[in-house]
This record gives sequence, C-alpha cells and structure tokens, in this order.
Amino acid sequence: MDFPYLSTIVFLPVIGAIVIALLPGANPRRIKLAAAAFTAVSFFLSLALFSMFDRSLDGPQFVEQLSWIPAINVQYFMGVDGLSLPLVLLTTFIGFVAVLVSWNINLRVREYFAWLLVLETGILGVFCSLDLILFFIFWEVELIPMYMLISIWGTGRKEYSAIKFVLYTLFGSAFMLVGILLLYFQAGTFDMIALAGMGLDSILSSMMAAAIFFLIIIAYAIKLPIFPFHTWLPDAHTDAPTAVSVVLAGVLLKMGGYGMIRVAVGIFPETAHSYAPLFVVVAVIGVIYGAAMTLRQTDLKKLIAYSSVSHMGFVLLGIFALSQVSMTGAVLQMVSHGIITGLLFAMVGLVYSKTHERSIPRLGGLVRQMPVIAVVFSIAGLAALGLPGTSGFAAEVITFLGSFGSTMVPGIHIYTILAITGVVLGAGYILWMLRRVFYGPPRDEYNGVPDADKLEKVYIFAFVAVIMLIGLYPRILTDIIKVGIQTITGGL
Amino acid sequence: MIFAIILLPLFSFLVISFVLRPFFNNRPQLSAYTTICAIVGSLILSIWALIAVNGAENHVLTSTSYQWLAIGDTVINIGITMDSLAAIMVVTVSTISLLVQIYSIGYMKGDGGFARYFAFMSLFTASMLGLVLADNLLFLFLFWEGVGLCSYLLIGFWFHKPEAARAAMKAFVVTRLGDFGFLVAIIFLYVKTGTFDIGELHELALAGVLGGSTLTLAAIGIFSGAVGKSGQFPLHTWLPDAMEGPTPVSALIHAATMVTAGVYLVARMFPMIASSETAITVVAIIGGFTAIFAATMGLVATDIKRVLAYSTISQLGYMMLGLGAVGIGYASGHLDGHHALTLGVAVAIFHLFTHAFFKSLLFLGSGSTSHATGTFDMRKMGGLRKVQPWTYVTFVIGSLSLAGIWPLAGFWSKEGILHEAHAYTPVLFWLAMITVFMTAFYMFRAVFLTFHGEYRGGKEGSHSHGLHESPKIIIIPLVILAIFAVIAGWLPVGDFLGADVHFSFFGALTSWLAWASLSFGIAGILLAYIIYVRKLLSAKSIGQSLGPVYTLLIRKYFFDELYERFFVMRFLVDGIFAVFQWIDTYIVDGSVNGIATITVAGGKVMRRLETGQLQVYGLAIFIGILAIIAFLFIFS
Amino acid sequence: MAVGLEHFLILSAVLFAIGLYGVLAKRNAVVILMSIEIMLTAVNITMVAFSRYSHVISGQVFVIFIMVVAAAEAAVGLALIIAIYRSRKTVDAEKFDLMKW
Repeated sequence: MDFPYLSTIVFLPVIGAIVIALLPGANPRRIKLAAAAFTAVSFFLSLALFSMFDRSLDGPQFVEQLSWIPAINVQYFMGVDGLSLPLVLLTTFIGFVAVLVSWNINLRVREYFAWLLVLETGILGVFCSLDLILFFIFWEVELIPMYMLISIWGTGRKEYSAIKFVLYTLFGSAFMLVGILLLYFQAGTFDMIALAGMGLDSILSSMMAAAIFFLIIIAYAIKLPIFPFHTWLPDAHTDAPTAVSVVLAGVLLKMGGYGMIRVAVGIFPETAHSYAPLFVVVAVIGVIYGAAMTLRQTDLKKLIAYSSVSHMGFVLLGIFALSQVSMTGAVLQMVSHGIITGLLFAMVGLVYSKTHERSIPRLGGLVRQMPVIAVVFSIAGLAALGLPGTSGFAAEVITFLGSFGSTMVPGIHIYTILAITGVVLGAGYILWMLRRVFYGPPRDEYNGVPDADKLEKVYIFAFVAVIMLIGLYPRILTDIIKVGIQTITGGL
Repeated sequence: MIFAIILLPLFSFLVISFVLRPFFNNRPQLSAYTTICAIVGSLILSIWALIAVNGAENHVLTSTSYQWLAIGDTVINIGITMDSLAAIMVVTVSTISLLVQIYSIGYMKGDGGFARYFAFMSLFTASMLGLVLADNLLFLFLFWEGVGLCSYLLIGFWFHKPEAARAAMKAFVVTRLGDFGFLVAIIFLYVKTGTFDIGELHELALAGVLGGSTLTLAAIGIFSGAVGKSGQFPLHTWLPDAMEGPTPVSALIHAATMVTAGVYLVARMFPMIASSETAITVVAIIGGFTAIFAATMGLVATDIKRVLAYSTISQLGYMMLGLGAVGIGYASGHLDGHHALTLGVAVAIFHLFTHAFFKSLLFLGSGSTSHATGTFDMRKMGGLRKVQPWTYVTFVIGSLSLAGIWPLAGFWSKEGILHEAHAYTPVLFWLAMITVFMTAFYMFRAVFLTFHGEYRGGKEGSHSHGLHESPKIIIIPLVILAIFAVIAGWLPVGDFLGADVHFSFFGALTSWLAWASLSFGIAGILLAYIIYVRKLLSAKSIGQSLGPVYTLLIRKYFFDELYERFFVMRFLVDGIFAVFQWIDTYIVDGSVNGIATITVAGGKVMRRLETGQLQVYGLAIFIGILAIIAFLFIFS
Repeated sequence: MAVGLEHFLILSAVLFAIGLYGVLAKRNAVVILMSIEIMLTAVNITMVAFSRYSHVISGQVFVIFIMVVAAAEAAVGLALIIAIYRSRKTVDAEKFDLMKW
C-alpha cells in the first residue's frame, strides 16, 4: 500500500487539535502557529493530491481499505474521485484560511483552535469516506465542534442558534441512519462504490427504493439547505464567530450537496430521476425565495446567509437536472460558492471587527475609511452576482447550460429560466448592499477605523486569486469534476 | 496581434492597479500616460487591422481560438475574429477613447482618484474592444458584462455622492435585466444548435435550420440585452442618471464604449435576427419609438448633460430603426439576401460611427463649460460664447452635425437611415422625421441657453468675470473631434462594410428626402432661435399652457416612479418579499420553533413524574418487570 | 423430608422479596444498602441451587464473581452514603432528590 495520503490529510487537523490541547505553555501565539501549521500541511498535501490525481481514470483513487467491524461488514474505506477531490481541496483551503481569520480570537484560545481543527477533520472525513458507516460517523463528528464554536464564541442568541443547528441536523441524521441501515439490510454492504454499482433501483421494489432515497436525502436537504429546511442557516450564520461562518458557508453546506450526488443520486439514479421534478421545483423556489429574503434583511450576515440559500438552489437545480454538464456545474458552483461566500463572510467579519456594527442602515460611506476592505468586498460581491471572469459566472453558466439542455426533467426550460431570474435579483441585492455599506458620504463615527492589516490582506487576496483563477480557467476543476460525475450519470 | 488590441489596455489596467497605484501614488500622471500609450498602441493596431481586413480574402482575419471548457459533448471555445464590422468598431472605439483620455488629463486634474480613474478607463476600453472582437456569444457576453461593470465603477466614481452611487447601481441592475434575456437566449441557442459561434449561427439561420419560434425567441432575447445596454425603451431609465459620473466618462459611455454595444450586438447578429420577421419588427418598432420618445424628454431637460443623454437614446433609437427597417425589407422579401444584410449593418454602423464623434464632442464641450461655471444646469449658464469661443464653435459644429445639417457628418448617416425607414416602415419614418425636428430644437435650445444671452450663474450681481476658456489639453481634443464631426460623413464606411453606397457631395441634395429632413432640422433651429434668442415666444408660457404635458415630460413620463418606487419598492420589496419574510418567520421558521416549543411544553408536563427518589424509580422498575412476566405468562 | 430444589427456590424468593421490600420501603440509606445485599444473596442461593441440581459448575463460578462484586459495591455504596451524609447531614433516602430536574 502506498503512503496513506487521505488518512494523513483527514487526521492531521485532529492530531493538531490534540497537540494544541496538550501543548505546554499557554502562549496563544504558539497555539495559533501550531494550528496554522497543521492546517497548512493538510492543505499542501491535498494540493499534491490534486496534482497527482489521474484525470483519465474514473472511480476512486488513493484508496485505503481495511476491515473495521467484520461482523457487519463495516470497512475503513477511504478514497477520492473527481467529485470529492475538489471539495477536499476546498476544505483544506478554507480550513487553513479559517485559522488565519481567527487570528484575533483571544477568548479560550486553546479550546477554540482545538475545536476548529476537529471540525475540519469531521468535514474532510465526510468527503473521503466511501463506507456509509464511516461517512455517517464523520457526518456526526462535525456537529460537536460546531455546537461548541457557536455557543461559546458566538454573539447574540448564540445558544439558541447552536442548539437549533445541532437539533435540526441531528433530526436529519436520524432519518439518514435509518436509511443507511435499511440499505444495509437490503443490500448487505455499506460500501458506497459497490452500492452504486448494484443498480438497486431495479433490484428493490420502487416503494422501498423511494423510502430509502427520501430517508437519506432529508439529511442532505437540511444541510444544503433547501427550502423549507433553511431557517437554521441564517441564525447559525448570524451568531457564529467569523471563522465558523466562513467554514459553515464555505464547506459545511457542501456536505449536503456532496451527499446528494454521492449517496442519494449515486445509489438510486432511477428513483432520483422519477422524483427530479419535485426537487427542481424546490430548487427554483429556493433561488427566488432566498434572493427575495436578502432584499428584506438589515443584518449584513443574515443577508449573505440568505444569498447562500439562493445559491444553493442553483446547486440543487444542477444536481436534479441530472445531466453530466449540469451536475458538473453544480459541483463547480459548490466550490465557487464556498470560496466566494467564505470571502464574503470573512469580509463581513472584518467590517464588524473594525466598526462593531453589522446593521446595514447604520453603516455607510466606508470606502473612505477602509478602501482595501471595500475593494475586496466589492470583488466578492460581484463574483457572487455572477460577473463574467469570476468563478461565480463560470459555475452558474455551466449549471444553466447543463440544466437547460437536460432531457431528464420535463419542463426544465421554464425552471431554468426562472432560476436565471435569481441572477438579476442577485445583482440587485448585492449592489444595494454595497451601496448602503460602502458608498455615500463617509460617516464621522467611523473616522480612524483601521483598514485590513497585513495578515488579513494576505488571506483575502488569496481568496480573490482563487475566484479569478476558476473564473478565467474553469477547466482546472471541471476536467476533474466531470470524471467523477461521469460514473454517476452513467447510471442513467 | 489582434489579441494585443484587447490586451494592451487590459495590461495598462493591471499595471496601474498593481504597480502604479500602490507604489507610485505620488505621481498619478504616470497612470494617465500608461493608459494613453496603451490606447495609442491599440489604435495603431486597429488601423493596421482595418487596412489588413480591407485587403484580406472575404474581409475576415481569423485568429486562433482556445478551449475554455470541455465536458462530454459540450465544448466551449473562445476566440476572436476581425472582420470589417469589427475593424470599423475598434478604430472608432480606440480613437474616441484616446481623445477622451487626453481630455481627461486636464479634466480630472487634481482629483483624488486620478489613478483609479485611468485604471477603470483602461479596463472599460479593453472590455469594449473585447466585446467587438469576440467571435462567439459566450465570450462576447463576458466582455459585455465587463463593460457593464466598468460603467458601474465609473458612474459611481464619486462614490461619496449618494446620487452617483444610486445611478451606478441603477445602471448595472437595469442593464442586467436586459442581460437576463440575452443570457437565456445564448443558452437557448446553444442547446438548440450546439454552438456559440456567431458565424455558425448565421449560417444556420440563413440556411433555415434555425428558424420558427426558436429563432424568434432567441433573437428577441438577444435584442433585450441590446435594449438594456443601449438604453432603449423600456429600459432607458438608467442612461440619463448615468450623468453622475465624470463628464469624460459620459462621453465615452455615450459615444464609444457602452451604449453602442447594444447597437453593435444587433448589427453583429443582424443576419440571424433579420431572419425572423417578428423579431426584426420588434427591433424597428422599439427603435423608432425610442427615438421620438427620448427626444420629447430632451425638449424640457434643464441639465445640459441630460439633454445630451436623451439625444443619445434617441440617436440609438435611429440606429435600431435603421437595422429594423432594412431587416423588415429583407424579411418581407423586398430586398435580396446578401445586399440587405450588409446594407442594414452599414446604415446603422455608419450612424454609430458619425454619432461617436459628434456626441463625444458635445459631451466634452459640456464638460468644458462646466469647467468654467461649475454647473451643468443651463439655467445658471448663458453668455459663454464670449469667454469660451473655442468651446462655443466646436459645440455648435457638434450640434449642427447632430441636427443633420448638410454637409456635416450627421446629415449623411441620418439620411441613410431615413431613406431605409421611408422605404420599408413608413409610419416609423414619419416619427423619425418629427424627431429630426425635435433634435434640432433641443440641441439649439441648449446652445442658446448655454452660450448666448447673459451669464445667469454665480452670486447676485456678479458678472461673467472669472469665467475662462478651458486649458489647451481640453480644447485640442474638442477641435480634433469637431473636424471629425464635419468630415466623418464623407468617409466610405458603408462601402467598407460591403454595401454599395453612392456618395455624392452635392448629389445628395437632389432628393426630396434630403430637403425634407433638412427643412425639419432648420425649422427646429429657427424655433429655438425665436424662443430663446429673440424671445418672441416665452418658453414659460408655452410650458404653462401645456401644463400636464410639460409635467409629464419633466418627470420623464413617471417611469422612474413606476419602476423604482412603485414596482421595485412598493410591489416587490415591501409587497411580495415582505410576504415571503412573513412566511419565513412565522410559518417556515415558526413550525420549527413550534415543534421545539411543543417538545419543551410536553417535557414540562412529563417531568412531574420524575420525583428524583430512587425508591420510586425502583418500584416502577419492579412493577414493570412483574407486568412483563405477567404478559409473557398470559400470551405464551 | 429430603430438601429439594424447590426449597432453595422458595427460600431465595422469600429473601428476595424481603430485600425488595427493604429497598423500596425503607428510608434509611444504610438499610437500603443492606436490603440490596439480601437480594444479591437470594440470587446467589438460586444460582448455587441450580448449579447443584443441573451439574453445571458455571453457576457457582458466577456466585463467586457476584460475591466479589457485591463486596466492592457495598464498599462504594457505604462510601457514597458517608459522602452524602457529610454534605447533607442525613441518610434519609426521601431527602435525596438530586436527580429531580
């Protein structure tokens, strides 16, 4: 067996967490440096993985397979394919940046960074596991650090939001566990690759297949989130500390989309096909509804949280249009949204940390006081509204192109056109927000407010660079994603 | 080589943003010189391309294309192509842009955002050049939005002014509304035909493979993008407000880089759009209607830049009308194939070409007057003829050209459009003739109010002292543009575009049409002279006698109120979206919280059973065991 | 009269019932602990008796285990009671409602 890259990438953060927890001396700076070091190594390893990945093969690569609980045929089965690798890369990137974003934390520093690193391991594990039980365990592992991070380091109604997040997610997970067990008793394995290859749609009765499909997908629907399961998201985002918002928007939501493609659609393509109209309609509702809600928000973080709901609607549309192009677009949209919205939340955090104000009506004219933040915020905003040359445009246009051309769902043309109106609304809410926060006459109360410092500039410009890179040359990701999607759409 | 036309200004943008602005901010002049050098480079290359295209086979220079995306069968290439249409456009754009940049050195002197200004201007020029050269719709759309972005940045250049921020946002959002249709059309066309390539689309449309409702819908979708960009009715509202940006930006937007993009798009897609009779009729009607509609609002505007803005909308309407009229002739079979297709493009682009010169001249001239008076309000100007002779003369030349007076540039290009409109769309032709009258009237109203009479600005009793002619760096571009505003109509643009246009300097005066339009124009000028110079008729009393109409015009037909206050704010944000929010809070989230509340309430009731005493629990366990045993005994 | 299996079982049942009564009804924590011991003894008697009559030795092995555990449990239990007594000055089981929500 080769060097276990995946296990190293996945478990490095948690090892970091242990080291931090046991690190002698309570020097916060050392703790932060250690956290940065562990996440950075994980990030560079996944970059290496990205370059070593063989783009001509479908199926998982860098596989690690060990028997774990032989009695029920549970394995320690890790591997990445074209679908999960970009998400792994995204997670390690956001994980590393999240540490930098948290540089100014000074409340219970040791615990904070330990939890942050555990969180990263949980998310990475979800993307790398190819065994449903392992997948489920990682899926649940991520909840605990999230709860701690929101309820201890958050603001506002933090306990409420933390509990809401955990209970809502657990609610979904309970159904997913039942679904997974049902699947096991029907098919006799937890191996995702084997399950996907079985053609369970035709083996099982259609009732049973639909039952398992819906039991499983409910967890992902909550996580993504899709309308009407989205209300935990604005609350969690609003009250979470900045770095956690970045991780939450950046990668946590993508677990939902990933699960949908890998588990729900991957194992039950035919069932997904028969229920696709339902999901496409929900996706369109989500797009328009989320965009409409943003126009009513006065809290900067809530506004961006609702824009996530809108953008995740595009992902759902792409997935359930069920064509190779549309699903590739959906995955690209997940990555692109992760970076764009991660940046947006980081920028909101910066604005908030400098002005101690998040209410849009009480902000204004900030471009004079914080030009760099204003410029980067604007770039992030323009990317979010899908300006060509940014990743947002590439992802959206591929999704729309694929969805519009899909032959799997009747009436998809109308739904796609309706979803595209979300882009117009997107321009409205983003520019309106920028205008109210940054433009107009400068306000005296913010005179002397500092602009971004060196470290902050480093990470925000890293985000910008990635946004532009994907926007100008999307093939860097699509060439890999399409390989992963091919195996899934192949079942249709 | 052709790529360099785009890349030079783009490079200038990058250099200014990443090198000059951060490290040489104490010498902002450098950024202006960088921009100008880049655009001079583009201009030279453009002229080279123009000559090369003229000599090339089929008048097309092809260039390599690159694969941007490949998923399964979906392959998207990006590439550029240089044909005669593109060549004319790049030359126009880079010429106007160059002159505007030179003017800007004087106009923007001492502004805090000097470097930023030139960075944006470079990017703006680069985007427009890219838009012109793109050989497929998706790539074109990329630059299309880039142009929109730059106009957003430049209109909102003085971001501390709330009106500027508002106008910038309005420009972007309103044009995006049109772009929505454009994007849908692009995707729709791709799904139906499997290509983004403009040339292939034309072939498919001409061969009849692409036809019927598919073609009509796609063509209207593309046109809706043009409506947004070119400020055509009903998406015209952003353009007058776009005056909030610096004046050279307005000149650039109106003459070369933004609003002309819409006309260019329709011209570029003309063979396809003209293949659908419905679509091309829509183009003609929208164009003809916008021409007169915008002109009426220009009659009463008091801000000199707004007058010019309305005239731009109106003139763009002419160009659309030109395309539409020839297209109708083609679609109804009066004109035969190839000739018609080149004729439509030639007529519209010729007007676009001449318009670019005199309109940028007028805008820069208005900037020059404002340089002296510090205002754009014509009610506070007057008498500037004496202090600003150069500005006055050039401005009058521009106005005459715009009014279509022989033998200035505007006459020739407008004549071409009127001729085609007369042939194929008689109703719209008469609307256009009335517009000729209105145009001449409002332009000379502006001239007389600004340059004649007594100075009305400044403090009580103060006179025109302190007013001065603008510096040379401002005057020189005006003079160059004025020369073009005279001679641009004599250039063989139409022939270059492949249409047989017989140019005859005096021969043009033999047709009744020319005399008709000339007399309409001169009548407009005379009326303005009577009212504003001789004051034989009082503008005020005319306004009062036409009370409601006057209010309607000055309030811009209430479109701003209708769109912004009523539709967006009242209907959407405070209407439907407020209902959504109510649903979100009380129904969607309410049910989540409701479930939680019910659970908690249930727990409060149930917890009374828990006394906390182990012995009670033990008893319960014992009774439970007994019950189970009894159950097993009974049922086993 | 020969002593049969049922005699042992009756004895153990009686002892178990006495112990159960003590656990559920007595208020003194020490008495409750003693009653638990009685119940364990009752179980032990059953185990030994079955072991003897069915010739399976494992029952007796379990009894040894139980006795060991019971001894440990008694020690821990008494320690807990003493700890509670120290903090609450009582060993009355009805006063111990720490588990109440």
